[in-house]
Amino acid sequence: MLAKRLIACLDVRDGAVVKGINFQGLRNAGDPAELAARYNEEGIDELTVLDVTATLEGRRALLDTIRRVSQQLFIPLCVGGGIRSMDDARAIIDAGADKVSLNSAALAHPTLITTLSRIYGSQAVIVAIDAKRAHGTFEVFGRSGTTRDTREAADWAREAADRGAGEILLTSIDRDGTRSGFDCELTAAVSSAVQIPVIASGGAGTPEHFADVFSSGQADAALAASIFHFSEHAVRDLKLFLSERGVPMRLDW
Amino acid sequence: MSIAVVDYGAGNLTSVVKAFRAVGADLRVISTVDDLNDARAVVVPGVGHFSATASLGPEWRTAVQAALGRGVPLLGICLGLQWLFEGSAEAPDVPGLGLIAGRCFRIEGNIKVPHVGWNSLTLGARPSRLFDGIPTESSAYFTHSYAAPVVADTMATTTHAVAFSSAIERGLVFGAQFHPEKSGRAGLKMLTNFLHVVQGAA
Repeated sequence: MLAKRLIACLDVRDGAVVKGINFQGLRNAGDPAELAARYNEEGIDELTVLDVTATLEGRRALLDTIRRVSQQLFIPLCVGGGIRSMDDARAIIDAGADKVSLNSAALAHPTLITTLSRIYGSQAVIVAIDAKRAHGTFEVFGRSGTTRDTREAADWAREAADRGAGEILLTSIDRDGTRSGFDCELTAAVSSAVQIPVIASGGAGTPEHFADVFSSGQADAALAASIFHFSEHAVRDLKLFLSERGVPMRLDW
Repeated sequence: MSIAVVDYGAGNLTSVVKAFRAVGADLRVISTVDDLNDARAVVVPGVGHFSATASLGPEWRTAVQAALGRGVPLLGICLGLQWLFEGSAEAPDVPGLGLIAGRCFRIEGNIKVPHVGWNSLTLGARPSRLFDGIPTESSAYFTHSYAAPVVADTMATTTHAVAFSSAIERGLVFGAQFHPEKSGRAGLKMLTNFLHVVQGAA
C-alpha cells in the first residue's frame, strides 16, 4: 500500500537553514547538509529545500547547498524558490535535485510547467501554490505570499496538472508558521480537484494535525519544517503515532 | 571495462550515477551504441514518456541483445524496466526490447496517478540475486503512471489499484520499476547486489 509521505522542509537563506513565521521573522536553525543527514537517519521520506533568498550570492550558495545536501542522500530531494527559467531549473537539477518546485514563475508563465515536464518528466515538476482564505474562497498568491493572483487554488491546481505538473505543493498562508494545524478544507478542496498527489504545507504543530490532514484533508504527503527542526526523534515518533492511527507509513528505513 | 549507463535523453541521470558511485561502482554514461562493446554491464535508467525510448532504436536493441549474449548483465530502472517488455500503451508505436512478453498499461482506478511515493515490494518465492538480503515488503520509492504486467519473470509485485511488476529478474536481465537510487538503504543494497552479479559474470 502506498504510504503517506512526511517531507521535511529546509528553508534556506544564503546557505543556512532558517524558518519564518508567516513568511517573516527569520531565525537560524542550522546547517542544511547536517539536518538533511539527520532527517535521513530518522526516516524522513523526502526532503524539500526552499530558497528564501533572491540575491545572486544567495543563488550561488543554493547550488552549493544542493550539492552538499544531495551528496549522501538517497531519498527524493525537491528544490524550490526563485526558479524563473529553464536554465534555473537545469542548474538545480544538475546540482542533484530530483524535482523542482515552481511558484511565481508558473503563475507568470504556465508554459514553463509543460516545457520542464517534457524535458525532465512530470515527476520532476512540482507546482507550489500559496493560498489564503478570502471572500469564501481560496485565493492564490505569488511572490512569497505578497502578490494576489486572479486564480483560485483548486482551478490553478487543475490547470497545473493539465499542463504537466507531477505534484502540487499546497501551502496555507494563513497557517504557515502558526503551528495551529493544516488547513484541511483547503487541502481537501485541491486534492479532490486533481488526480496528481497533493502535499499539504503550513501549520503543522502536533501529531494530530498530521493525522487530520491525511484523513479529512485527503493529503498524499505533508510537509513541515520547525516541528522537525527543534526536537530529536521527531520524525520517528510522528511516524509511529500515525501508523498506530492507521495511516500507512514507511517504517523500514 | 565499466558499467555503461545509457543516456538516451529520458530525464536526469545524476541520481543514478551518484548512487552507483556511492556503492563503489566503476561506471560511465554512454550515448552511442558502440560504447556498449566493452561494457561489463548495461544500465538503462530513464523517467518520463515511453516515447523517449524511441531513441533506443533497432541498433540499440541489437547491441543490448548481443551484450546479453556475451554474458553482460542488464538492469532497467523505471522506464528502463518498461522498455524490457514488448511496448507500452503510452506510446503504442514504439517497440520495446521485447525480452519479456507483455505490454505496459496505464494505472487506473479510484486512486492518485502518477503513483508517487514509498510502496512495498512483495517478493515472489523464487530466489533472487537482486533482492539478496532484502526482506519482502521492504519499501521502495516509485514515481510512474504506467506499469508492467505481472508475468512469469516477475520477481516483486506492488499494488496501486492494480498489481504490477515492481521488479523482474531472468538470468542476467533485471528490472526495477521503483528507483533504487532513491530508495534509501534497501535501494543501495540492491545496487550492491547488482554489482555482485556483474562481478560474478565477468
